[in-house]
Amino acid sequence: MPVLKSTIDPSSETYLQNRRDQLAAVAALDEQLEAVRAGGGPKYAQRHHNRGRLLARERVELLIDQDSPFLELSALAAWGSEFAVGASILTGIGIVEGVECVIIAHDPTLRGGAMNPISLKKNLRALEIARCNRLPVINLVESGGADLPTQSELFVPAGRLFHDLTALSAMGIATIALVFGNSTAGGAYVPGMCDYAVLVDRHAKVFLGGPPLVKMATGEDADDEALGGAEMHSRVSGLSDYFALDELDCIRIGRQIISDLHWRKLGPPPSPKVDPPLYDPEELLGIASGDFRIPMDPKDVIARVVDGSRFDEYKALYGTSLITGWAWIHGYPVGILANARGVLFGDEAKKATEFILLANQSDTSLIFLQNTTGYMVGTTYEQDGIIKDGAKMINAVANSTVPHITINIGASFGAGNYGMSGRAFDPRFMFAWTNAKLAVMGAQQLAGVLSIVARQGAEAAGRDFDLEADATRTLAIKEQIERESHAFYITSRLYDDGVIDPRDTRTVLGIALSAAHSNQVQGRQGFGVFRM
Amino acid sequence: MAPIRKLLIANRGEIASRIIATARRMDIATVAIYSDSDADAPYVKEADEAVALAGNAPSQTYLRDDLIIAAALRTGCDAIHPGYGFLSENAPFASACAKAGLIFVGPAPNVIASMGSKILAKELMAAAGVPVLSGITIADDEELKSDIGDEAGRTVGYPLLVKAAFGGGGRGMRAVNNPDELIHAIASARREAESAFGNGTVFLEHYVESPRHIEVQIFADTHGNAVHLFERECSIQRRYQKIIEEAPSMAVTDDLRAELGAAAVKAAQAIGYVGAGTVEFVMGTDGKFFFLEVNTRLQVEHPVTEAITGLDLVALQLSVAEGIALPPAVLNASIRGWAIEARLYAEDVTAGFLPSSGTLVKFEIPTFAGLRVDSGVAEGSKVDIHYDPMLAKVIAYGSTRDEARRLLARALSKAKIHGVISNRDLLVAILREDDFAGGAIDTGYLVRHNPIELIASTHSPEIIAIHCLAASLADQATRRRDAKVQISLPSGWRNVQNGPQRQRWAIGNQELEVSYRFGRNGLQAQVDDSSFGEIVLFCASATQVDLAIAGVRHRIEIHRVGQTCYVDSALGTCALVEVPRFPEPDSRDAPGSLLAPMPGVVLRVLAAIGQEVPAGAPIVVLEAMKMEHTVRAPAAGTIQALHIKSGQAVDVGFVLAVMEGGQ
Repeated sequence: MPVLKSTIDPSSETYLQNRRDQLAAVAALDEQLEAVRAGGGPKYAQRHHNRGRLLARERVELLIDQDSPFLELSALAAWGSEFAVGASILTGIGIVEGVECVIIAHDPTLRGGAMNPISLKKNLRALEIARCNRLPVINLVESGGADLPTQSELFVPAGRLFHDLTALSAMGIATIALVFGNSTAGGAYVPGMCDYAVLVDRHAKVFLGGPPLVKMATGEDADDEALGGAEMHSRVSGLSDYFALDELDCIRIGRQIISDLHWRKLGPPPSPKVDPPLYDPEELLGIASGDFRIPMDPKDVIARVVDGSRFDEYKALYGTSLITGWAWIHGYPVGILANARGVLFGDEAKKATEFILLANQSDTSLIFLQNTTGYMVGTTYEQDGIIKDGAKMINAVANSTVPHITINIGASFGAGNYGMSGRAFDPRFMFAWTNAKLAVMGAQQLAGVLSIVARQGAEAAGRDFDLEADATRTLAIKEQIERESHAFYITSRLYDDGVIDPRDTRTVLGIALSAAHSNQVQGRQGFGVFRM
Repeated sequence: MAPIRKLLIANRGEIASRIIATARRMDIATVAIYSDSDADAPYVKEADEAVALAGNAPSQTYLRDDLIIAAALRTGCDAIHPGYGFLSENAPFASACAKAGLIFVGPAPNVIASMGSKILAKELMAAAGVPVLSGITIADDEELKSDIGDEAGRTVGYPLLVKAAFGGGGRGMRAVNNPDELIHAIASARREAESAFGNGTVFLEHYVESPRHIEVQIFADTHGNAVHLFERECSIQRRYQKIIEEAPSMAVTDDLRAELGAAAVKAAQAIGYVGAGTVEFVMGTDGKFFFLEVNTRLQVEHPVTEAITGLDLVALQLSVAEGIALPPAVLNASIRGWAIEARLYAEDVTAGFLPSSGTLVKFEIPTFAGLRVDSGVAEGSKVDIHYDPMLAKVIAYGSTRDEARRLLARALSKAKIHGVISNRDLLVAILREDDFAGGAIDTGYLVRHNPIELIASTHSPEIIAIHCLAASLADQATRRRDAKVQISLPSGWRNVQNGPQRQRWAIGNQELEVSYRFGRNGLQAQVDDSSFGEIVLFCASATQVDLAIAGVRHRIEIHRVGQTCYVDSALGTCALVEVPRFPEPDSRDAPGSLLAPMPGVVLRVLAAIGQEVPAGAPIVVLEAMKMEHTVRAPAAGTIQALHIKSGQAVDVGFVLAVMEGGQ
């Protein structure tokens, strides 16, 4: 396979400026991740420790295999909202006894681990990842249940949690609840709906109604151990399959349960020979501009992501605004689609369509590196049928059944977001670089479009057009859209699975591909490859 | 002249190998004997033939004179070499050999018998004019007088030693500093002597202050020649057990050597000695020496004499046994250079020299010029509780004492002894210690120099920390290598930093936690709360870690066996035991469990199920390697369970008994 030649000048002013901008963006990300990590803060962490309990992150660290990678998902969920960044729940893909699992852990230092509407969204997304990639689910439960003030937004959709847990079980995907603390009311159904439940002695409390509620409902004086303690559930109700002496014991049992699954991945294993890229991923920071309007050569990115920087380009001379080609990432074969100059024309759309069909023929996962401002507009293009061409590409993307992994490395605007396997097209995983923007269109264009529409409206009505007011409004709109197309804003709404440091691209893709290969990797069968 | 064509070696371990080596050069066929647990021992393979003795206890095997003589006759041997220990100083055995028509390589039975009783030996020596210490004998069945303490003070003088009259090796020996301790010491020495030698007779002897242990090698033939082959100094002892020996002695001048030698030869001649023997003296700071005992056999430490004289003492023993006169090389022997021997024992210095057992998963001693290794074990050997825990003797020879000392220290420090705890660090520490280097030694050396403090330098917190880190990095490499999924991904990668990787190691009673993280800025690590600063990791594999800490590069070798990680580097060596992340619930001992502190045999069970015992009450007496160890109640309570009976062999950590209640 040909090896990419990447010629960048690390001493150039452009490179250095890019690097400064990217480092600033990464620093902003790290700052937010620090807040996520802190959870309820040192005071609540200390109080939790004083009760002889481990923090959610400590539980995860003990649960997963030593030295194995852990990919945390949706870390910035609820960023900028009324809820704590991270949404009081931790989700991610971790390896337990050599098995890739989706791990979901409540953070009890944040309002007792209570679930708010965004926690729910994040939890459901993790279960979706488990479902489409066929990953066993381990719930590390310690939650006081619903965040009651937000019940109106939460109560109805929260039933989906129980639905999805049992649906996973029906698909033969193991679900496990390790109960470290409260798991009450609705939360009590998590151990109830899981295939396996492990309860920690004297800490786990699993009941539909606690002592005060029981007192109110029936007048019965009941103590919480008798209502829902580990001992009771292990000996009497049978809800608990394993009685854990303490948290460590509980985690040990959880690992043992996974080990006893004898889990086998259904996708083909990676090639045993994996060589790193020839170029330093560190240089990605100097390649990508902080401003999406300045294009970059995606081959410079690919050269720092794929095994041995090897890339077999498909249709190199056709539709050159989109790069397509074959490569390997951490031993997994992939097809890569990467925007080269932002705009998608008809040729690019047709090239992409054929490439996606080919990948489905050879059961090869697809990587979409988004950096697009959308499909081309204008009379010529409309008359040439850009809608039909774009539709072909979107059709192929929508019906492709090989794993898709999408990374927004700069911009994701307009229908380009759809064609390049955006969120609505169910990629297995979707991530964004720290500097990336996503919206229906760029803030400047959107504000400009609104200004033109307003001016036309005024003219049609014969009103005077207030230029000053228009300028103020246009600026406000531009600022709003800029805010709303920021990577943190997008990820906070679960429109992707996380914002990543560009330097981690190869690692994130490696983990995502490995996770995706837990399921079958099979292309859409039926028609042959249409030559567009 | 009775040529020996085939020789049975009535012994085991390193001395059997040593004798076989010489016999082979003399074209003498060899027959080994072996107990069940010695079936795979190196000496058994080295011998031309070998005969199994069923069982393991010495009383069933290496002390069974009848079986041994039968084995010699069955294999057509004409001689038996007893080595040291076991039957080497057993007069009835020597007689039985003669009766069976076999040559016993050693002196005549009556000589052995007369030297076997230390009291008789001392009387004989005194009569021959050899200086002796006065003492009191207390017979087996003698009632102890209530004023024995005072009487001993008058006739012997404190401090004094209580010794078993029959037997040796320090067994049953106790030092007593004042009259109050005496009766108890006599009782316990009697008990030990009774169980070990079948005779509870003990004697009291004056204890020389700052004494050096000086012994003289003697050799006599059947032609009337009797010579001495100079002295050996064996002052470095622990619990009366020699661990470092040398020849010659720094405390012995030429005049003194002549005097000591003359006394020793006089002693030999006084008893009509034939063969190799050793006359042991205790020597005070004033150069006055007193006869201690005669060992009518080859000594463990004979190689230092061989090194400085160039003689093969076993070859000489066999020649003398064949009736050949001592050659001129022996009659005119002279000293050349200096030799020091260190005895490598499988024992835990920090736990009061408790014997350790296990499988030697690695046993490598460097092969330096001037170095001799007499080893009874090899890689894969099992070290168990049945016999002496000596693994090997390492002997360094140099033109000067300092040369030999430095060579020995380096060789031992580079040795890899994995699988059992050894006294290697102590030996190295002594060899490098200033007093030892200057020759300021006596038998109280290890009282003045606390062994635990001596080895502390080889276990400094910094070295342990580096070794723990290296062990964790090697483990990390193993885990990544063996990962079932995501094998090529970065070790411990996180997109949100949760905290470092952690691993706990136990070393002795200490536990340390290594935490490390591979980040964009390289490796960051700390042990407990102290950070290493800048680390550059060149390579980490399951067996080797090459890293620079604060600019100093270390190459560290790792050998992992089960839960134990053996770490060797130029800094020293550590055996680290991984503390499991998750304790297995069934490994949690029931509270109140009394565990065996070492491997051994249950001598007596002193409590019964249901019995209420006060704190400190003796519950079980274990015997391991010449020592009795009493396991006591940690607190008052009731015996709930007893998992042992008298005579049972137990491993370290075995639950002997379970107690309940009371404080």
